[in-house]
Amino acid sequence: MEASHAISEAVKLAEPGVIAAYPITPQTHIVERISEYVANGETGSEYIRVESEFSAISACLGASATGVRSYTATASQGLALMFEILFIVSGMRLPVCMTLANRAMSAPISIWNDHQDSISARDVGWIQFYAENAQECYDLTLMQFKVSEDHRVLLPSMVCMDGFVLTHLYESMNTYAKEDVDEFLPAYKPLHAVLDPKQPMTQGPIGFPSEYMELRKSQVDATENSIEVIEEVFKEFSERFPVEINGSRPELYSMVEEYRTDDAEIIFVAMGSICGQIKVVVDKLREKGERVGLAKIVVYRPFPKEALKKALKNARRVAVLERAVSPGANPPVFDEIRSLFYDERKRPDIRDFIVGIGGRDVKLDHVEKMHEMTKKDRGKKVEWMF
Amino acid sequence: MAIMGLPEEEYFSYGHRACAGCGAATALRLITKAAGRNSILVESTGCIEVVSTPYPETAWKLPWIHGAFENAASIASGIEAALKYSGENTKVIAIGGDGATYDIGFGHLSGAFERGHDFTYICYDNEAYMNTGIQRSGSTPYGAYTTTSPSGKKSIGKEEWKKDLVHILAAHGSPYVANASIGYATDAFKKLKTAIETEGPTFVNLFATCPTGWRSATEKSIEIAKLAVDTGVCPLYEIIDGKHKLGRPKDIDKLKPLEEYLKLQGRYRHLFRPEKNKETIEFMENRVRKNLENLLKYEECGL
Amino acid sequence: MIDFEKVKLKVNDKEITIGCVLESNGSTANLKTGAWRSKRPVVDFDKCIGCGTCWMLCPEGCISKREDGKFEIDLDYCKGCGICANECPVKCIKMIMEEK
Repeated sequence: MEASHAISEAVKLAEPGVIAAYPITPQTHIVERISEYVANGETGSEYIRVESEFSAISACLGASATGVRSYTATASQGLALMFEILFIVSGMRLPVCMTLANRAMSAPISIWNDHQDSISARDVGWIQFYAENAQECYDLTLMQFKVSEDHRVLLPSMVCMDGFVLTHLYESMNTYAKEDVDEFLPAYKPLHAVLDPKQPMTQGPIGFPSEYMELRKSQVDATENSIEVIEEVFKEFSERFPVEINGSRPELYSMVEEYRTDDAEIIFVAMGSICGQIKVVVDKLREKGERVGLAKIVVYRPFPKEALKKALKNARRVAVLERAVSPGANPPVFDEIRSLFYDERKRPDIRDFIVGIGGRDVKLDHVEKMHEMTKKDRGKKVEWMF
Repeated sequence: MAIMGLPEEEYFSYGHRACAGCGAATALRLITKAAGRNSILVESTGCIEVVSTPYPETAWKLPWIHGAFENAASIASGIEAALKYSGENTKVIAIGGDGATYDIGFGHLSGAFERGHDFTYICYDNEAYMNTGIQRSGSTPYGAYTTTSPSGKKSIGKEEWKKDLVHILAAHGSPYVANASIGYATDAFKKLKTAIETEGPTFVNLFATCPTGWRSATEKSIEIAKLAVDTGVCPLYEIIDGKHKLGRPKDIDKLKPLEEYLKLQGRYRHLFRPEKNKETIEFMENRVRKNLENLLKYEECGL
Repeated sequence: MIDFEKVKLKVNDKEITIGCVLESNGSTANLKTGAWRSKRPVVDFDKCIGCGTCWMLCPEGCISKREDGKFEIDLDYCKGCGICANECPVKCIKMIMEEK
């Protein structure tokens, strides 16, 4: 199945009351398939074909505030257009769910993949999942609703899937029966927000300096709390839906997937589809006797501090493969990982490779070269790998 | 119980922080009375949003939501779809000031009307960005002073005519759009009620005095809004399924002089000082008249 | 149904609500905006015909119908704008300066 269609299928199973989306490359296959479901009466969801992404996220806000499950999908410029409302949705604690087909930011205009869009949205208060392949796209979509709607969380979430590399990728994968999904993911039950004349409430008031800080702190606390919920949901999902196709996903989903890290001296850190290539290289190098592994970040927000520390603490060197930049500063994932070890006595040497920006291919020999450079400590601390 | 044909029950509580003499506050009382209990209000950022919900207090007694400045129509779209999904039959009413409606939220509004959601959008039109301190909007009338269209040696205030939003929305195929004024409150109430009860996307532009922004006396808010109608500046009309129906002014040959309206407002003071700017006032009068003639023509031709 | 008790939480010893939601209960009435007023309306009830014009046009919604059908103004909330006095068809409301 195409990974985009895997997302559509998962959304159909979750049956949001309202779907609102605007077409943007490379997200289009997701919404086209959903449109077909609606046209054929295969889903009860109301689908609003909005006139912009700004409107899409706003309609989702409205639907979620009314008390129904809501979903949207977008990419790069579309996410940027939504930016203002991303903060509002999380501040109002509305569990809107989104798929983000990762795509580079203009200018120059590019339809190809990197992570500049989602990384720019790391501080908007949304939970961020990153998928490696079609199976994970499907599974994480089902899980994101459950995490977002948990009463201990009540936060929006996005599943990030690499544009083209994943959105247009066909892979054999496993799907689940509607009744099993329903059991795992019951209907959304609002705790704090409905729009109902029988219980009139006010949502979205003005927060003065006397309350704003406490309100924001409560949102930050909920994001911290979501770590526990994410781990619970990952465990429950992994048990209910065991692996059927070997290597299609981890047996037990976790915030950081550790791949052959046990005795690894060098550990790669990465997110998304690139992890597939890294795993191949890790296997190849392992055959040659190299002690190398991968720590794959599955959940980037909340940042999995403890899981990453655990995964990396015994490594001699860590190489972050970064698919975004922060002009004028170190790349974001690199800096965040380095700061994890600031207070630790034992800390690995951590370096950063900026790769695959604007859809530039990251080939296997590229990854091997980065391993070589890391092993021999050659090159700059932050290296652009063209 | 009804008083002057309006329900006695209040859904917009006193204690709100609107300025004394706020026309928009009167407008909201009319809107909520027309909406009734079985409705959901969606508010744009703006004066009414700010004055009505100083957390942890709220002036509302109805379901009410505010998201952002420009997106009330889109939020309303999502709510309407959610109600449809849940099989609920509740009225959805989006409310915005003229900045939210004519300018920044225009695309959202057009999108929601094109899609044909069953909701009503009401603009309380006080003809400038009042919440941020009286800046020019697409609704600010020709010749009016605002802080970003100040009058000066080379300027008469705003130099562009007000956007004709009512007709733009009518052109979307809406079954009901109307222009109303708080100066004729029972008429406004009827129009609001008709809009809310009509299925499909409907619109009411509700002219509402802002004494702070218009530099007018607080007690004159209704008088000014009435004069706006009687001078032809703000004609009361409906477009029902594409057909015009003009209410007031009743006789365009018996309009009150425009000056009567302008003189009550500090925003037009520069048109009278140091001496009367006859040319500008005549130009305005002619254009007001032309607009009324057009409306009458439409009505006569059954358009 | 929303349980408004369950929506409350405490941060920094301050009671707040999840997503800053509130029960729509007209609680702005906690603030008596009458304190803003510089002029006060005085109704001559002998002249009042109970038409309701003042009630309909008041921006505060602080005018209510008495049992005798005439309208009285709640000075706790009246901001003294004077619309009622200006619009009253029988001119039964006068605005007088507040004494400080």
